[in-house]
Amino acid sequence: MNQLLQSFFGDTLLTHIVMSALPLLFVLVCALVTIYVEMKMAAHMQDRVAYMRTGWHGTLQPFADILKLLQKEDIIPAAADKLLFMLAPYIVFIGTYAAFAALPFSSAYVGSSVDLGLFYIIAVSALVVIGILMAGWASNNKWSLFGAIRSASQIISYEIPAALAVLAVVMITGSLNMDAISKFQQGGVQNWLVFGGPLPIVQKLLLIPIMLTLAVIYYVCSMAEVNRTPFDIPEAESELVQGYNTEFTGMKFALFYLAEYANLFVVSAIAVVLFFGGWSSPFGSFMSGPVWDAFWFITKGMIFVCVNIWLRWTLPRLRVDQLMYVSWKVLVPFALVCVVLVGAIMVM
Amino acid sequence: MIETQQSQPATSRGTTLRTEEMILNMGPQHPSTHGVLRLELVVDGEIVVDVIPHMGYLHRCFEKHAEAMTNYQQVVPYVDRMDYLSSMGNEFAYVVAAEKLLKIQVPERVDYIRVIMAELQRIASHQVAIGTYGIDIGAFTPFLFLFRDRERILDLIEEVCGARLLYNYFWIGGLSHDLPPGWVEKAKEFCAYLKPNITELNNLLTFNKIFIERTANVGVLPKDVAINYGCSGPMLRASGVDWDLRRDDPYSVYHKFDWQVSVGRGEVGTVGDCWDRNIVRVHEMEQSLRIIEQALEQIPEGNVQEKLPKRIMPVASEVYARTEAPRGELGFYIVSDGTGSPYRIKARGPSFVNLSVIAEISRGAMIADLVAILGSTDIVLGEVDR
Repeated sequence: MNQLLQSFFGDTLLTHIVMSALPLLFVLVCALVTIYVEMKMAAHMQDRVAYMRTGWHGTLQPFADILKLLQKEDIIPAAADKLLFMLAPYIVFIGTYAAFAALPFSSAYVGSSVDLGLFYIIAVSALVVIGILMAGWASNNKWSLFGAIRSASQIISYEIPAALAVLAVVMITGSLNMDAISKFQQGGVQNWLVFGGPLPIVQKLLLIPIMLTLAVIYYVCSMAEVNRTPFDIPEAESELVQGYNTEFTGMKFALFYLAEYANLFVVSAIAVVLFFGGWSSPFGSFMSGPVWDAFWFITKGMIFVCVNIWLRWTLPRLRVDQLMYVSWKVLVPFALVCVVLVGAIMVM
Repeated sequence: MIETQQSQPATSRGTTLRTEEMILNMGPQHPSTHGVLRLELVVDGEIVVDVIPHMGYLHRCFEKHAEAMTNYQQVVPYVDRMDYLSSMGNEFAYVVAAEKLLKIQVPERVDYIRVIMAELQRIASHQVAIGTYGIDIGAFTPFLFLFRDRERILDLIEEVCGARLLYNYFWIGGLSHDLPPGWVEKAKEFCAYLKPNITELNNLLTFNKIFIERTANVGVLPKDVAINYGCSGPMLRASGVDWDLRRDDPYSVYHKFDWQVSVGRGEVGTVGDCWDRNIVRVHEMEQSLRIIEQALEQIPEGNVQEKLPKRIMPVASEVYARTEAPRGELGFYIVSDGTGSPYRIKARGPSFVNLSVIAEISRGAMIADLVAILGSTDIVLGEVDR
């Protein structure tokens, strides 16, 4: 992709701008599509039809929502810390958007094929916590502060089992480069890491149950990291009104909203790269190639987004202490045991 | 205003630790106070140290209004507006009291229709209670499933009296309309339709692992506390007290039906926890269906309006009549001075009394638990404030 752009524009600034603008476009489209899919899925699960009047089956509704939010008055509470209040939504959005840089959308397109890709994504998405804390603190609202503090404790607790799950994958692939991890799993479903990866048969069979456990652990953690039900404690509307973004209006609120949905795709995409073959086709060399790769990557990502939506509209919400219990007393020990077992199997 | 209370200092290795407490205002504009209730919370982090409920935001002087009415019948539409989720239940209590005052015996068909309506209303009311409780716990979908079914009940009631929320259907000495032709069959169809949906609700919400985690052993209301605070309805029964006015102080024709009083048994936690309060409501929906089915079978033909004088003039006296409304004991105390309008009407509302126990069972719980406890008491602010 980079070469292709360079052949058009040469090695100029323009190449890099186009290269980095592509994920931004994707973020916007993906967020709008996810909002639409979420509303429709939720509605059909609940015996409703959701919006039907804006465009065909309400397809234009997300655009209408964004337009509405753009026109809204931008209110900053009088007692708010103005600078932090203005910065917070951008920090949250930047944290999410920056993660897209290292996502390998296809064998031909990865924003930046850094060798520390996974590490970079984990680090950068932690920036979101700072934004949320800033938002909660700056709002000068006790409910927002509660939301922010809950969010910080939640995301930090759940990063540990998530990082352990990532570690196990890295031990198998021997690389933190997300492109390399995807390449490692090429050649069909049987080579996906969730099914043990392309390893000798004995190792592979031993790895399957462990990798399945790790995939579940990672997925649970990813739900907590994007603050979705059953872990939507930071914005639990029945407890904390709207959590950290209670006081935000207009485009600032829209940025939180967009960031949430973009982040949803990021964590699903990481799950896809780690366990489900990244951009590689499930049929080996059939239906593979740069464009098919992008198709598979986005499709797999969206499947996990849909699973997330499905869970969100089915499950109730956990309590704060139960959330901590799940993380520290269930996920962390299981993940640790899995990491040790993976290590043992790999040196076998 | 209250003084900031201080928690017991926690000691560890001889040094005293103390965190500052915060006063948090929950409501009157808060999504889970079920209306305009304001709870003043004293919190220590996420732990609730004290709760002070403030009410009166929806006070409409119902009792004073009733005194200004020119006759007893005119009070009925005001009664509708007390507990707006169970208008039939309110009307039932009021007309039973007024008929006791006037010493009127209504035709049997009227009693049957009243029981059917009151039980349909009980189901509808519990559906709202359970649905909004799901939202309080974070599950949104059961709410819409329940509202889908409640819609059928409202359609049935609308067909009878033309209104969907505030009916003015029970009149003193009778009803405003008889059942329309074919209504009984439709009601039977509805009973058959609702049964599998209650099972669906149990699978989706009641026996969900997370729901049990959130509600079992939370907000335990012991038997003696429940009785001391005067709790009634599902709130009292969940605490293990086998007390239902429909059976223990029968009014209307309830004694003719075969049904059971559901009592909390602490199946997944302690007797009297939030989960028990919820399951009692689920069981009551099933039992109400049983009553409706029997009533639909046995309903006699006849007149639906007793002949009454144009102007009702009771003798100077006072009565108290109580009924089992969906939220508990709803009673009306009516004092008559022999004129056409009531001298004094006092309503004993279950929501108001049940709300008073909130502080007692919420101390030491977390904020999320407080929401669960408040939701499980199932208050309607229209009746708390009247």
